[in-house]
Amino acid sequence: MSTSSIGLGGVAASLVLIVVAIVLSLRNRLGLERTIAWATFRAFVQLAVIGAALGLVLSPNASLLWSYLWVVAMIVVGGATVANRAKEVPGLFWLAILALTVAEGVSLAVVFGLGIFPLESRTIVPTAGLLLGNAISSTVLAARRSVTELREHRAQIEVRLSLGQAGPDAVRPHVREALRTAVTPQIEQTKIVGLVALPGAMTGLLLAGVKPLAAVEVQSAVMFLILGSVVITSVVVGQGVAHRLLTPEHQLDATLGS
Amino acid sequence: MSGVHRLLRQKGRLRGSPGVVARLAAPPGPGDPTALFSFDGIQVVRAGRQVLDIDHATIPLRGATGIVGPSGAGKSTLLRLCNRLESPSAGIVRFRNGDLAATDPLQHRRDVAMVFQHPVALPGTVADNLREADPTLDDAAVEVGLAAVGLPADVATRVADELSGGERQRVSLARSMATRPHVLLLDEATSALDATSAGRIETLVGTLAASGIIPIWVSHDIEQVRRVAEHVLVIIDGRVAQAGPVDQVLAGPRPDVRRFIEGTMS
Repeated sequence: MSTSSIGLGGVAASLVLIVVAIVLSLRNRLGLERTIAWATFRAFVQLAVIGAALGLVLSPNASLLWSYLWVVAMIVVGGATVANRAKEVPGLFWLAILALTVAEGVSLAVVFGLGIFPLESRTIVPTAGLLLGNAISSTVLAARRSVTELREHRAQIEVRLSLGQAGPDAVRPHVREALRTAVTPQIEQTKIVGLVALPGAMTGLLLAGVKPLAAVEVQSAVMFLILGSVVITSVVVGQGVAHRLLTPEHQLDATLGS
Repeated sequence: MSGVHRLLRQKGRLRGSPGVVARLAAPPGPGDPTALFSFDGIQVVRAGRQVLDIDHATIPLRGATGIVGPSGAGKSTLLRLCNRLESPSAGIVRFRNGDLAATDPLQHRRDVAMVFQHPVALPGTVADNLREADPTLDDAAVEVGLAAVGLPADVATRVADELSGGERQRVSLARSMATRPHVLLLDEATSALDATSAGRIETLVGTLAASGIIPIWVSHDIEQVRRVAEHVLVIIDGRVAQAGPVDQVLAGPRPDVRRFIEGTMS
């Protein structure tokens, strides 16, 4: 596999585009100059720190344990991110951790169990990160939509409960709707992949000099993994939220509001 | 002449002679054979607000009961305790002298059915709606259920959501009755309907009551309670302000109850 590096000079050169953005912001009085500069600086520092840490974790003689620890840390940060983005969902942090762990567990087991990628530091961390990054927005969406669906259809759910239906049966049509909403963007993305925009992994591989067909193979595997993990996290979170908002006495939680 | 005085002069509607239904000062405890529901030491707190505070009250085994009071007084909450859509923060609700918290809520709800204020159509046809209550209903059984609420058989295939409010509420009633309950809770079941539809629901429930179903009406309308119920619990600010046979309560309302009645009649 050929590799390429753009070097620090290349990074500096790409800052020209940031300068263009700042100039545009100034000329149009968007007031975004500081934010753009701060975001750029922050992104660079974050990536530099991550890069340095990854350098240690991914070095050929480092123990795989470090890679797994890295994945655990990513899951925790992912859980915090999800909980932070959907504050209205009670107890979402641990639920998100559970969902992301299940999705990562299943995905990594498939990836390495079936030998799709070799089990090495350089494959574990990026694969896990890719899945997490894509699963977060659908996890947030699944959590929020589940709460909204249950709140908006409180009357229907209580009618079903009052007819003697069990809590999970009474909320099922609405959880189903929330899950459809949460995973649809990823399905749409999968359908149009390559037609509108080249996906991230493939873009990276092509830029790094990998042959298109080889890049397509990797990208296909990645897309399928992402879709799988998105559905897994959404289902776990949707069911978890529903479970949390139902009492053992088959009532809707009073804190759900109306 | 004020509405109270007009009401106070109308007597003789009571059948049977049930005793005082809610003895506020009575010692709490099981074993009241005349009670369908009894409430002891009930506290309901929601979001830091005390919604209900009932030392002791009962709903009698015989005859329809009306739970009446100003909006926000806690009437609906009391009704929801009766089929366990809500549970009290403290206290014991008893149903036929058994602790409600110890029963299977799903079984209980099929025995103590509920009709809500706003007629809710579940997705699908009217027949689908009845089958949400009992999936084993065949077309003939659906037809019988609809006939019991005065709806023709061809309504069964119509989309429930496209019916008028009054028709939807009759479908709700038929749906609730499909679990073959012995008690029917009505939470302001006519307040979202026009007068004709409301009257029809009252008549239908009266027919059900004659066949042995015990209705419990929540209403903000004392006139409606006078028409449909023999016993009344007046709830004001989360407490039972007065309880007993409707005529007795109307004949001697306590000051806050009198104020409530006058407020609704003016």
